Amino acid sequence: MYPASFDYFAPTTLDEALEILGRYDEGEAKVLAGGMSLIPVMKLRFAAPRALVDINRIGGLETLAEEGGQLRIGALVRHKTCEQSDLLKGKYGALGDAAPQISDPIVRNLGTVVGSLAHADPQGDWASVMLAVRAEVVARANGGERTIPIDELLQGPFTTSLEPNEIVTEVRVPDPGARAGGTYLKLERKVGDFATAGVAVHVSMSNGTVERAGIALTGVGPTNIRAEAAEQALAGQALDDAPIDAASRLAAEAAQPRTDVRGTEEYKRNAIRVLTARGLRKVKEEHS
Amino acid sequence: MITETKPTTHEITVTVNGAEHSLEVEPRLLLVHLLREKLGLTGTHVGCDTTSCGACTVLVDGIPIKSCTHFAVQVDGREVKTVEGLKGAELHPIQVGFKEEHGLQCGFCTPGMMLVTSVLLEENPDPTEEEIRWALSGNICRCTGYQNIVKAVQWAAKNMRESA
Repeated sequence: MYPASFDYFAPTTLDEALEILGRYDEGEAKVLAGGMSLIPVMKLRFAAPRALVDINRIGGLETLAEEGGQLRIGALVRHKTCEQSDLLKGKYGALGDAAPQISDPIVRNLGTVVGSLAHADPQGDWASVMLAVRAEVVARANGGERTIPIDELLQGPFTTSLEPNEIVTEVRVPDPGARAGGTYLKLERKVGDFATAGVAVHVSMSNGTVERAGIALTGVGPTNIRAEAAEQALAGQALDDAPIDAASRLAAEAAQPRTDVRGTEEYKRNAIRVLTARGLRKVKEEHS
Repeated sequence: MITETKPTTHEITVTVNGAEHSLEVEPRLLLVHLLREKLGLTGTHVGCDTTSCGACTVLVDGIPIKSCTHFAVQVDGREVKTVEGLKGAELHPIQVGFKEEHGLQCGFCTPGMMLVTSVLLEENPDPTEEEIRWALSGNICRCTGYQNIVKAVQWAAKNMRESA
């Protein structure tokens, strides 16, 4: 399979990349990072951009570091780097647990966290994780830079609030404090498949009770879904059986699954309930 | 605004299995087609053509990637290694392992399996069975049931450790 013809640019600076993006009409030029979603959709002719701006030769986009009260993940940080990072444990456990569950090992060598967010596939795992940890992305355009909370970034299937002339340079995760933890649980038929259902869980504790909870769902709606009622049900509670059961039921209610080859609506909804409970129990165990 | 529709070609220089090549390529040319059709290196196979099976795996700067999901222009200035580059004067121990342990039947997935194995054994000379299966989980084999592939990797690991 061949994609439609396109012009190719491999700039070495961000300014140059932004200048090239600006030369094209809205939506005609696409940013190429890992290409693990973009190239397949181009080969299937679901997308036929006039130009690709390959950002792989731009320096300074490979940061994976904790700085000034936040975790920064640059636009060229690969899933593999996250999988191997000692930083993405404990309070950032939702990220570290998600990384090895993305696609397969060869795809993880190239695919990027930021690319996954910008692609906004509702089956994407990272967006749920970023909802749970309340991340924000940094978008750069010729005129300057803005930060977009993850809830505002995700607009619908394959649709974000990014402008066509913007490049996401990094995603930032606020430091949740030492007494925080999380995980990502994914039900998949085989390695490399998209999630039948996935749940990201992230909890900050204070004096034995939940200060703030983040719960988000993969593969059960037109976009990744924040299970807000489930999050609120945990606030101020200890991570005991009753609040965990209540939050799990509320997470299942927040899901909007559709019956397809991966399972029935009922099955997926139940999977969300079970995965949410498992995730919360895992966080509890790590904190006891 | 840009209005021309004819795509420009790009001059790229790439080192494949130690030999440098300068070629003119259209941006949409996939790396796997550069290797197979322009350079005649047909050891790299097109399997699923949809980033799922790993048959087209090659190493770019030592990292396994799926060459059906990579454009040839992207490897300008880089080093590519295909299965043809595995063998020196004699077969590579990984190739011998696949032969000794019957790690293949039809052989279609074998180039990708061996290249991924070469990186695994560089990083981890003594992997457990679980680590081998995990490392190869992006490569699909429809013949062997994987058992003999795991044995082939274990054979290679053992022999490479003993000769190191």
